[in-house]
Amino acid sequence: MHELSLSSAIVETALRHAEGQSVRSVQMRVGRLRQVVPDSLAFYFEVVSRDTGCDGAKLELELIDALLRCAACAEEWDPAPRPAEDEGDLLPPPRFRCPSCGAGGAEVARGEEFEIESIVVEEDAPAAQGAAS
Amino acid sequence: MHRAKIKVTEDALDANTTIAHANRADFDRASVRVVNLMSAPGAGKTTLLEAALPEIRARVGVLEGDVQGSLDADRIAALHVPVTQLNTDNGFGGDCHLDANMVRAALPDIPLDEIDLLVVENVGNLVCPAEFRIGEDAKAMVCSVTEGEDKPLKYPLMFRICELVVVNKIDLLEHLDFDLDKFLHNVEAVNPDAERMLLSARTGEGVGAFRDWLAGVAERESSVAVADPDLS
Repeated sequence: MHELSLSSAIVETALRHAEGQSVRSVQMRVGRLRQVVPDSLAFYFEVVSRDTGCDGAKLELELIDALLRCAACAEEWDPAPRPAEDEGDLLPPPRFRCPSCGAGGAEVARGEEFEIESIVVEEDAPAAQGAAS
Repeated sequence: MHRAKIKVTEDALDANTTIAHANRADFDRASVRVVNLMSAPGAGKTTLLEAALPEIRARVGVLEGDVQGSLDADRIAALHVPVTQLNTDNGFGGDCHLDANMVRAALPDIPLDEIDLLVVENVGNLVCPAEFRIGEDAKAMVCSVTEGEDKPLKYPLMFRICELVVVNKIDLLEHLDFDLDKFLHNVEAVNPDAERMLLSARTGEGVGAFRDWLAGVAERESSVAVADPDLS
């Protein structure tokens, strides 16, 4: 459900920038702290974009690893590093406390992005007869 | 076939944020402060409001967000508190959160002249409501002890954006394995600045502190300039 509402926001933003041209792909930067499931976002994006100028557009996500910075000692760390290939898919709980000095309340340097970087549009052929809209 | 790349560089939720700012401006004009109250389903938001709103030293209105129906609004209306119901059912089965546009649509139905504080009871959900600003001055959440002490680590975004974390149903602690210290430790790891309140909406224990907090928000200066520097 989260991804459904986020998908609607993506389609609306893309359409606004497309100014009537049909959107073929959307390039996004998504931080891992946004709790977005990429497959789910792609699925809902396809559903929500039907019969709009984004119909059939490809959603291209660049996932941004999170980086926290300790306000007390300036240590930087990834709160939820991806497991290595041979460690399976299970993630350890994220570490929001500074691994160096133990303080809480780190600043988020990276990982909260939910940004549309660019869109690729197809300019309609000016005099195409009977072209599908 | 001619394709062109258009640079956008825009947060996909900017449109929502813009509407949230418009809501905030309208609330400010009416001198109404707004609390966005969030939780998982069943954490006890409505029960907490039922316990806290009588005897509060502020003129309070409630905006109830639900997927369907007016069950919660009916409970609040029984307290003779002005309440506006907002249903998010949109043909997709209902949105799982309130966004700025829904609140904007409800504005004409809210008696802003008669209140100093609007409590927006969001749709029960620990994920989506955290993403969408609605034009609030303060975000607060309720977490009940039956939900488990791992929730701050599982839903860090929600716990990070709230200035107040209410721990509800503490009357049940003696029956549960819930480790309160571990829970508070997890809250602190994610958001050390969050104010924490332990209470039971059912027995009334600790509810006074929440009532005072709400009244305190009603007396705040507009937080536009302070908390939201990107507004100007």
